[in-house]
Amino acid sequence: METTSQQFDLIRSDLSQFSLGTSVLSPATIEKFKFLTTPVGDDVLEVPREAIPALFRVLKESGRFDFFMDVTCVDHLNQMAGRTRRFDVVYHMFSSKTYSRLRVKTQVGEGETISTISNIYKAANWFEREAWDMFGVVFEGHPNLTRLLTHHEFKGHPLRKDYDADHQQHCSSALPLHFTDDATFKPGDRQLVPLNIGPSHPATHGTLRVMAEVDGETIARANVELGFLHRCFEKMAETHPYNQVIPYTDRLNYCSAPINNIGYCKAVERLLNVEIPPKAQAMRVILTELSRIIDHFVCLGANAVDLGALTGFFHLFTYRELVYTLFEKLCGARLTVSMTRVGGMAQDAPEGWFDDVLDACKKIRGGIETVEGLLTGNKIWQQRTQGAGAITAENAIAWGYTGPCLRAAGVGLDLRKAAPYYMYDQLDFKIPVGTTGDVYDRYLVRVAEMHESLKIIEQVCKNIPEGDYTIRDKSIVLPEKSDVYGNIEGLMNHFMLIIKGLRR
Amino acid sequence: MSNSSSGSSGSSVVSAQIHPANAAPLVTKLADQALEDASRQFAFTTRLDDIVAWGSKNSLWPMPYGTACCGIELMSVMGPKYDLARFGAEVVRFSPRQADLLIVAGTITEKMAPVLVHIYEQMLDPKFVISMGACASSGGFYRAYHVLQGIHQVIPVDVYVPGCPPTPEAVLDGVMTLQRMIGEHTPRPWRDNWKRPAFIKSV
Repeated sequence: METTSQQFDLIRSDLSQFSLGTSVLSPATIEKFKFLTTPVGDDVLEVPREAIPALFRVLKESGRFDFFMDVTCVDHLNQMAGRTRRFDVVYHMFSSKTYSRLRVKTQVGEGETISTISNIYKAANWFEREAWDMFGVVFEGHPNLTRLLTHHEFKGHPLRKDYDADHQQHCSSALPLHFTDDATFKPGDRQLVPLNIGPSHPATHGTLRVMAEVDGETIARANVELGFLHRCFEKMAETHPYNQVIPYTDRLNYCSAPINNIGYCKAVERLLNVEIPPKAQAMRVILTELSRIIDHFVCLGANAVDLGALTGFFHLFTYRELVYTLFEKLCGARLTVSMTRVGGMAQDAPEGWFDDVLDACKKIRGGIETVEGLLTGNKIWQQRTQGAGAITAENAIAWGYTGPCLRAAGVGLDLRKAAPYYMYDQLDFKIPVGTTGDVYDRYLVRVAEMHESLKIIEQVCKNIPEGDYTIRDKSIVLPEKSDVYGNIEGLMNHFMLIIKGLRR
Repeated sequence: MSNSSSGSSGSSVVSAQIHPANAAPLVTKLADQALEDASRQFAFTTRLDDIVAWGSKNSLWPMPYGTACCGIELMSVMGPKYDLARFGAEVVRFSPRQADLLIVAGTITEKMAPVLVHIYEQMLDPKFVISMGACASSGGFYRAYHVLQGIHQVIPVDVYVPGCPPTPEAVLDGVMTLQRMIGEHTPRPWRDNWKRPAFIKSV
């Protein structure tokens, strides 16, 4: 990863080298670019709105940033001091080679449009739709600028500051079958069988709607609709203090809730410039890896059920219950644990908990091996998963794949190695990578990851650091209950943190 | 409670021993006595309603409408440890036409509400609804622009199971509560008076 100044120099040289042919990025335009670094060390490039498509063409063609992470907006309705345009449009870029990140910011006023970059980065397509849906910023030239998350009868743009969080709008009907590239579609026109799958279908394991036209067992074309579980997380987070957002993060990722707790708290801690104690780090690593294992259990169990292999599901859920029992011992909850707090953990692990974890690991290892025995060499399983849904490494990156699906396509990208946090750089583990990117490879990658996670947990559990489970900064962490009920300072501290939220 | 097939074997005793055309009074009396004795051994009397309710409550076929976190806990309820099969409700049907118990497990958004009503209308009577968890019951802590504030706004609910998500034990308790309601013929005015809400179009 380059340092800030190195990265900016590289981008500057790219700009002069690649933008010769494009008239938009004249030296005069590049003069207007602002290269900034935020207080926590993020690189930000502020540019005029007209320069956006040309800039992203340069970033793409130079190969500097191949991963398009996100487009989002910020509504400055109540903070217009020092600016004339209402919205910031923010692009997040990442490099799968150097692991460096870049944030590109530009200002857009109400009624103004901004050029789409979905023709440059494929992954931008849905993000721009989402940004339009939520903020009403129009991306000119977008192939299909329709609502992505809210329903088709929704009026207004909910993440604007003048939209009330609790203003619900009923939806009267589901959209009929439709295809993006075919406005005149009528079922039966093309002598293909129209097939609607979801949003309530056993194989979606959630709320995805796929509209397909099938020719025998081959899908001729398909369209997808989502947003059936749009629970307004961002708006809820806007209306709650930082610590009260933690329970929402559980429910964003209900298969492995603690991972999201940790991701969120880590971000807030980074903004506050807070380092958590070693014991809290160790507990977070253990929780993360246990969660990774049980998340893969749900994935593999459900996947096998869809192919008719119910036995694997029963095995995997037996072992998932072991982890639930560990979570219950730790905090009383099974699924949505909300165990982290900004600054550490909510409470210490009970006595003997780390030994229980080690015990459970042994049993889980046996369980994973049993399921491998059922599936890995199973002819039916192989024939139905090998070659299905294959994707190349380039396409996976272009469409913004992450996690095991990306690694199954052959890209060895894992933030635990790429940008190590907590104690991951001191631990011995490998990143499993696939070759073909098909469903079978994704299965193999997940199984291998579970074994690596068990290795990590065992290493950490055998060397639990001594010390506190949280920092003791009064402006961030709630006081002990003995102080709350024992003295007025503790009581006031508690009161202010609950009522006003943490502040610095 | 013995099963209903012994009831029919009781009636076959009757048809074997008495033929109405040539039954003499004494024979009739003896036959009545025999029927009485036989029925004490093999048969029981009940009301049709009760036997139907008994069958219905012990063979609930659930359709899991899992949309979010509760759906994962519902998988645990079906799983080996909590084993919903013990209550006769393990035959999970994903076609609403084959199911009689709709378990709504998870947040129902405004976008999902018309789909939920459509699925509910496709189910055949008798049909029951369990609302699992805070979101399905009231919108939970999502007092938000795209979340339906409780599924009672669109379909009739028989049992609410609280929790976020509820423990599997709580869901089992909900199923047992519903079984008790069916067995006791608890009146269900919310079901009898239900109409599709005006804001949702028919399909």
